[in-house]
Amino acid sequence: MTVSTLIELSAVNAGYGRTTVLHGVNLTIDGDEFTGIVGPSGAGKTTLLRVLLGLISPSGGTVTRSEDVRVAYVPQLETVDWKFPVTVAECILMARTEHRFWPWPSADERRAVSAVLERLGIADLADRHIRELSGGQQQRMFLARALLREPSVLLLDEPTSGVDINTRHDVLHLLGDLHADGMAIVLTTHDLNGMAAHLPNLVCVNGHIVAEGSPREVIIPSVLEETFGARLDVLEHLGMPIVVDTAHPTREAI
Amino acid sequence: METLLEPLSFAFFQKGLLVATLSGALLGFVGVYIVLRGMSYIGHGLSHAIFGGYAAMQLFAAQFYVLGAGLWGIASAIAITSVARRGRIGADAAIGVITTASFALGVALFSKFGSSGPAFDNALFGSILGITTSQIVWLLLVMVFAGLVVLLRYRELLFTTFDPDVAAASGIKVARVEALLMIVLALSILVTLNVVGVTLVAAMLVIPAVVARMLTDSFGWMLALSTGIGLLCGLIGMYLSYYAGAPSGTMIVLVGALAFLIVFTVTGVRGRERAAGVDDHAGPRATISA
Repeated sequence: MTVSTLIELSAVNAGYGRTTVLHGVNLTIDGDEFTGIVGPSGAGKTTLLRVLLGLISPSGGTVTRSEDVRVAYVPQLETVDWKFPVTVAECILMARTEHRFWPWPSADERRAVSAVLERLGIADLADRHIRELSGGQQQRMFLARALLREPSVLLLDEPTSGVDINTRHDVLHLLGDLHADGMAIVLTTHDLNGMAAHLPNLVCVNGHIVAEGSPREVIIPSVLEETFGARLDVLEHLGMPIVVDTAHPTREAI
Repeated sequence: METLLEPLSFAFFQKGLLVATLSGALLGFVGVYIVLRGMSYIGHGLSHAIFGGYAAMQLFAAQFYVLGAGLWGIASAIAITSVARRGRIGADAAIGVITTASFALGVALFSKFGSSGPAFDNALFGSILGITTSQIVWLLLVMVFAGLVVLLRYRELLFTTFDPDVAAASGIKVARVEALLMIVLALSILVTLNVVGVTLVAAMLVIPAVVARMLTDSFGWMLALSTGIGLLCGLIGMYLSYYAGAPSGTMIVLVGALAFLIVFTVTGVRGRERAAGVDDHAGPRATISA
């Protein structure tokens, strides 16, 4: 079976105003993509995501999208106004602006919302205010909103940031299930070890693409040093690379 | 009952009551979007900017004042958004420069050439005297326009208010929706200016919406409650204005402030928690990093 290319970046430069954050980025997002973009703060992960979303026009290079690509975006939980007056159902229905402009949901939309909430295990939360949800439930709510758009590619900004280990595990497994159902997924993260265990492909970014490949190919000291600007050791556990800080003796120890 | 019926025997009060009630409802309705977008300062600034256009038109072409001041207001709104979008100076600074300059021009024109229309104080603090049928018609037209915009663009307005970034990523033309909202805001301020007054319009954009926010967690209910609260403030404020002999705008705003105090006290911690993030200029969406 041939896999179609959904989005292709060629020699893309991008940034904000006169500041270029990303230089010469070549990246292809295919229909079977399941990729994590990793890098330190300020490396351009979110900028890369925004280029893929079409929120930033590149200052150089080209972005090519297939005609039928349909993108859905899950924002960082930290950027959301949790005091905004919306219930879970109201929030999820925002995804349907193209389908219907009347404020109230159609019978089809009510069924679609129930089905997606059921699938994500939060069916009983539809009438709750968004502030009342736990971190994992908040992430599931935004996934539900994204899924209601019936996307071909799902882009997530730091989906494992600010959630506990169990929630991180749940979210990554959920994304794995969606990928297995045929959805392309690209996410940004700081969490190298979590990604190594769950994602087949990683892209290391630090102003440019440092390396791309499987976790075993890119989680190596030389790539990590160029990406994070710090020396990190890599151990192996059950065949998976694990990143650990290099020990620096404290002054007391010396 | 006599207290309620007696003022109604005067034609000017009937018109004033109608306009004040509808103005309160309109400002309460539009105010929900303004407050949730952290744009209340724009409301405050725009009312002052429109005063400049209002003054100029009163002096030179009074019969076209709605059109002229409306265009002036819309131009100011677009200038503010455009200056702020370029990012060199913040929206607050842009409002400070553009709208206060426009207001200063209005005051200068009034002082130099005098007024050929409603008195200066009336424009500032609101008056129920001299309300014409055409003003009522304009108010009704703007209400219908605002209602249609919200009805037909409900989800887009909600999405762009809640999370403009994700809305843009979902294919919504955020700038176009914002421009539409600015037009609704400028027109709403313009047609309510006479009764509520330049200096008090912003309060009526904010108070009903904040009171409604303390009472509900649902956006749909907040929109309905804010409209109702604005309507009641206009109604009760007008009667108080009649009996107290005070400008209508001041009484309408004071009724709103009283409603705020009552709801603030009655809803307690829960209400305060709900309203805590309302009109937060440095909200979480400002934290998007590279």
